[in-house]
Amino acid sequence: MTELKAISKMSIDINKIRADFPILSRKVNGKSLIYFDNGATTQKPKSVIDAIDNYYRNQNANIHRGVHTLSQEITVAYENARATIQKHLNAKYAHEIIFTRGTSDSINLVASSFGKKFISKGDEVLISTMEHHSNILPWQQVCEEKGAILKIIPINENGELIISEYKRLLTDKTKIVAITHISNTLGTINNVEELIALAHVKNIPVLVDGAQAIPHTSIDVQLLSADFYVFSAHKVFGPTGVGILYGKEKWLNELPPYQVGGGTIKTVTFEKTEYADLPLKFEAGTPHIEGGIGLAAAIDYINDIGVKNIAAYEHELLVYATEALLKIEGVKIIGTAKEKASVLSFVVDGLHPFDVGTILDQLGIAVRTGHHCTQPLMNFYGIPGAIRASFAFYNTKEEIDIFIEGLKKAIKMLK
Amino acid sequence: MTIEEIEQEIIEEFEMFEDWMQRYEHLIDLGKSMPMIEEKHKTEDKLIKGCQSQVWMHSELKDACLPDRQGKIFYTADSDAIITKGMVALMIRVLSNHTPQEIIDSKLDFIEKIGLTKHLSPTRSNGLLSMIKQMKLDALAYKNKLV
Repeated sequence: MTELKAISKMSIDINKIRADFPILSRKVNGKSLIYFDNGATTQKPKSVIDAIDNYYRNQNANIHRGVHTLSQEITVAYENARATIQKHLNAKYAHEIIFTRGTSDSINLVASSFGKKFISKGDEVLISTMEHHSNILPWQQVCEEKGAILKIIPINENGELIISEYKRLLTDKTKIVAITHISNTLGTINNVEELIALAHVKNIPVLVDGAQAIPHTSIDVQLLSADFYVFSAHKVFGPTGVGILYGKEKWLNELPPYQVGGGTIKTVTFEKTEYADLPLKFEAGTPHIEGGIGLAAAIDYINDIGVKNIAAYEHELLVYATEALLKIEGVKIIGTAKEKASVLSFVVDGLHPFDVGTILDQLGIAVRTGHHCTQPLMNFYGIPGAIRASFAFYNTKEEIDIFIEGLKKAIKMLK
Repeated sequence: MTIEEIEQEIIEEFEMFEDWMQRYEHLIDLGKSMPMIEEKHKTEDKLIKGCQSQVWMHSELKDACLPDRQGKIFYTADSDAIITKGMVALMIRVLSNHTPQEIIDSKLDFIEKIGLTKHLSPTRSNGLLSMIKQMKLDALAYKNKLV
């Protein structure tokens, strides 16, 4: 790989970064792996892998229970991980950070607990056309159970929310707004600060799905005034199976427990249980301890590089790839919002995304093809699916060049 | 030809190719020669849903009145993705024109030998696995009707 081109203009040391990710040196189908499926999951740096490895070698014990040294050490480590995440999101209190299994789990928790207490017949829940299924189905289910109505904020052809429609849809019946920060398919960066402010005028709480935003932008939940902010560790270079629900203290105190069991209680008798304070009230059972620790290692890693540096570099990749893609005849980009993260979905005239993805895979290039778990959005654009290249800060312009050549080859074969 | 003989023929055909590109180009060509499903059969119940590409598959039993009463199954199909279509065409070439019992018993080892195993992994890819399952289920249904 020619190093000069990769380093130009950029404030991050790409060669050093690539060396931190062991998987990037492997071969796929005899070719060097080009991993452009970061929207689905990100690769893990050595520091995260080492943190997990170290947990099992030296730290393994159950937390919040034992008086023995190992248990106390790991409890401290786990709570330090919580504090790392609190600091990263600029949450007011560490107990506003709840460990969950991931974005879907976090949304299910809020939809279920919030729905139980605050949603009744005839009420409305407001989501948008660009939501991932994970931010549709939990609300759809709550609405079905309660006889409430799911309302949808429309988007324009560029894939941007229509704010005038959003304002119109915020009514006295709206109980909660659940909206994505960055669209996993379109890359659109929603102005969540504005969306939240508009909802708050009517005292409506807002949940933000930050699954795609967390690896690309810095998040300040107090500045945003988000009532709930959720994400998955694996999308931000951390382990799978763990995620975060941030919630304002007052909301988390108001919500009833979601799943109950070990660790969530103060006292239990067969007649009545008194539940623990935050955050334990929402953390039933032995948690994904190494997951929490691995996530904190991942957060430390991106903060060492600097989230602003990451965003600037990824934007450069996005612009470079977009320009190259548009030079290919028959390519149409899906999602052309003014504010966009490094997610690039497109279709090629007359070709099925599956076919293109299959040929690219033969060339060692991992992209996502299909509906990206956003079927309503695919229906909006009238396409069966799309091809998505999503970049992380360990990707390079050289990889984009190879991807563009591969795409041209695929088009030639398939047409 | 028996199912095994056709599988062997396909293995030899694919051995001629030097690289994956030629193999996929051949697969794409095979898709073009597929016994196409009639439009009237392209209904929801004939749709084998993979997550990404769609396959419509229809089967008919013919010659069931011959002395052995077994009859032979003939498949027609279509897909919206061209590589998937090639794979369906291969499956039809192997299984069509055989008795239900022969289809049920088929092992279909050739898929591995021609380097398409990855399409058999139970991921959300192209539904090759569901396709084979449906072809065998059809065979089972015809067999049970005949007994």
